[in-house]
Amino acid sequence: MDDRRRYLNQDEGDRVTVSSEQELAERIAAASAPLQIRGGGTRGVGRPAGGEVLDLSDVRGVTLYEPEALTLVARAGTPLAEVEALLASEGQRLAFEPADWRPLLGTTGEPTIGGVVAANISGPRRVQAGACRDALIGVRFVDGTGTVVKNGGRVMKNVTGYDLVKLMAGSWGTLGVITEVSFKLLPRPETVATLLCEGLAPGAAVAAMADALGSPYEVTGAAHHRGAGRTLIRIEGFAPSVAYRAERLRARLARFGDWSPIGEGGADWRAVGEVAAFHEAPGDVWLLAVKPSDAPDIAARAQAEDALFDWGGGRIWLRVAAGTDLRARLGPFAGHATLIRADEETRARIARFHPEAPGVAALSRALRDRFDPRHLLNPGLMD
Amino acid sequence: MQLPRPNAEVIARKAEIVARLRAVLPPTAVIDDPAETRAYECDGLSAYRCQPLAAILPGSTAEVAAALKICREEGVPVVPRGSGTSLSGGALPTSDSVILGLGRMNRVLETDLANRFIRVEAGRTNLSVTGAVEGEGFFYAPDPSSQLACAIGGNIAMNSGGAHCLKYGVTTNNLLGLTLVTMAGEVVEIGGPWSDAGGLDLLGVICGSEGQLGVVTEAVLRILPKPEGARPVLIGFNSNEVAGACVADIIRAGVLPVAIEFMDRPCIRACEQFAQAGYPDCEALLIIEVEGSPTEIDDQLARIGEIARRHDPVELRESRSEAESARIWLGRKSAFGAMGRINDYMCLDGTIPVSALPHVLKRIGEMSGTYGLDVANVFHAGDGNMHPLILFDANRPGDLEKCEALGADILRLCVEVGGCLSGEHGVGIEKRDLMAAQFTAEDMEAQMRVKDVFDPDWLLNPAKVFPLAASAARRGAREERPGAVCPSSIGA
Repeated sequence: MDDRRRYLNQDEGDRVTVSSEQELAERIAAASAPLQIRGGGTRGVGRPAGGEVLDLSDVRGVTLYEPEALTLVARAGTPLAEVEALLASEGQRLAFEPADWRPLLGTTGEPTIGGVVAANISGPRRVQAGACRDALIGVRFVDGTGTVVKNGGRVMKNVTGYDLVKLMAGSWGTLGVITEVSFKLLPRPETVATLLCEGLAPGAAVAAMADALGSPYEVTGAAHHRGAGRTLIRIEGFAPSVAYRAERLRARLARFGDWSPIGEGGADWRAVGEVAAFHEAPGDVWLLAVKPSDAPDIAARAQAEDALFDWGGGRIWLRVAAGTDLRARLGPFAGHATLIRADEETRARIARFHPEAPGVAALSRALRDRFDPRHLLNPGLMD
Repeated sequence: MQLPRPNAEVIARKAEIVARLRAVLPPTAVIDDPAETRAYECDGLSAYRCQPLAAILPGSTAEVAAALKICREEGVPVVPRGSGTSLSGGALPTSDSVILGLGRMNRVLETDLANRFIRVEAGRTNLSVTGAVEGEGFFYAPDPSSQLACAIGGNIAMNSGGAHCLKYGVTTNNLLGLTLVTMAGEVVEIGGPWSDAGGLDLLGVICGSEGQLGVVTEAVLRILPKPEGARPVLIGFNSNEVAGACVADIIRAGVLPVAIEFMDRPCIRACEQFAQAGYPDCEALLIIEVEGSPTEIDDQLARIGEIARRHDPVELRESRSEAESARIWLGRKSAFGAMGRINDYMCLDGTIPVSALPHVLKRIGEMSGTYGLDVANVFHAGDGNMHPLILFDANRPGDLEKCEALGADILRLCVEVGGCLSGEHGVGIEKRDLMAAQFTAEDMEAQMRVKDVFDPDWLLNPAKVFPLAASAARRGAREERPGAVCPSSIGA
């Protein structure tokens, strides 16, 4: 644990905890120096940044939950665990399976629903059910001028005006401070089944996962851990359907190897989402988004110590020697690489987010200038 | 409905502007003869018409870029157009604008089944995207009812939905990347054939921006494996409340149908007269479709049937065959045609929380009585997207205005109960002046800032989405006073 302590971001400035959207708006309007925006503070931030910490964890509480409409509205500081427990009590869930990054990063706070949105955190089910941003149907936020803005709402089909909901998801607090979020929910399935194949190399595993995801059996998880040589396929639904689909998939994928049912596989999928294989292992952690069929080659070129392929290969978690500039090692490739875990020195030297093409970077910069003209909100975090 | 006063100075320079466009585009790609530009005077919202200054049909991203650069230099507004099927006036021109049609850009550029995506030019029609991959067992999920004609570029502009959104989402959930040409003629690539575009979600804000941020020329779309099969069940009820409660119970039970369609009595009757689909004469009708293997479908339909029977349906008809499925869908799919036979109609598109359904239907009935115009309701019950159809007679003076006023009242009601003005058709000109019912000035200001970034001169489709008064300062001095739609504007 002490070893990982160096991955933590030090809260160097003072900490102010706001208790309402209005108080937040007043503070931002009156601010004259950069602010570090915090939900639970569990996912680290990009380049180490200074400034007063603005803590949102007291802006909390579920404001609306209509199970029959598959809709939840919650204030940003509401703990993720509270939201998930409430939904579970009604047999529902956030379909995008947001993962807890604390064990990976060695952080200790309480993950908040607003933080999940600000970082657009999605887990293994993203391959079938979409990302956090796809389930998000409404936001309220305070922009860099202290103005309260709402966009979207509480209905799942809404094309009224521009979709700032998507823009806020994954903006890491750099466009505005999210105060409330609304989600489209999905029912929790009656049955879950996981198929395991051992001993596949990444190339064969990605081909098998592509075959499974290209089948009509609605695979909700497809992951391969290179270090353990384990490939997992998940199916969810009503019991007769899951049994039928699992059998069909076993037959269909038999040419790749033997697929054995291992029950629900709950712990295995949690391990994929949380990248458990890297928790106690040294080195930096990178997250890549690529075209799935490119994944085996990219992972090989990365000379990684270990690799976890999720989303059928579309997402690769790589563990490399501390201080490695993975982008320089890989050269240009189709997709992008984000530095997730590294010590402060490395994070000061290597950009966390993948450098954007000049045209895209100019648009992103101009948007930040418009939403946060005084550059107060997590300035430079995504640069 | 008003549009900004056309810029007389631009109109006076028509010959010069057209000559410059001809210099960068093939001869047949620039249309300025009024006899031919008439084809572009309106879209699916045909009550409003106006001939553009010219229409251009570029054949490549480079041609789009060259043309936009010229239009920007000349200060000419540009109205992008896919296939012109917008129901909200998204592709309605002004007389000082150039229509940029994507019709010639309809190629499939790349099909990749292993990675489950297709890259197409934005003028390709929605259905022909599925057509390009269905032989291999794949499909493109968003299915607006105009899918035979509507273009992917228009789908992206409006973030189009369809009947199957409850399970598959709308355009934005199925869009992986795009090529955008800004008004300055700059080509920007955003996202690609991987999940999550990285950086700020520009893809997300461009989708649904109604052609106001740039012209999308290419798109990378997610394709999905086709389900093994699909079959509907038809359930009739004697009250809207009970039908609504049945939908709620089905969703609570964890069944996720691919479509839940709701029709009210006026709609059922009109469809039945038109299509003779054998619908029961009742207050509310649900058509619920599920997907899977034959056994999986049986299992889900049994679960739905069990729930429905607790609500005393007047009819419950499970499809057992392709022919029965077609018959159940026949009435619903001919709903718009059936209405068109009775009268002119206006199709609304608000969304409400599904829990508000009985209240909203009751209020619509009362409003219909007050205005003296009949309203029939078709409704995607799973996601709350309503399509009230207001019947009116375009030849009777004052009827269109009365119909528009009733439509506005219904949409304000949708917002009042926690919903929104548009679920899938977009704001366009149709709902532009109602935006203040849903958004504060600050909410709209935040959206307009995004346009400032992409199109600082406000030349792309400038008179849409935001109330003219709200966007006036940005559109600048070139449009001082609002005028009539266009000198040649006519009714439906």
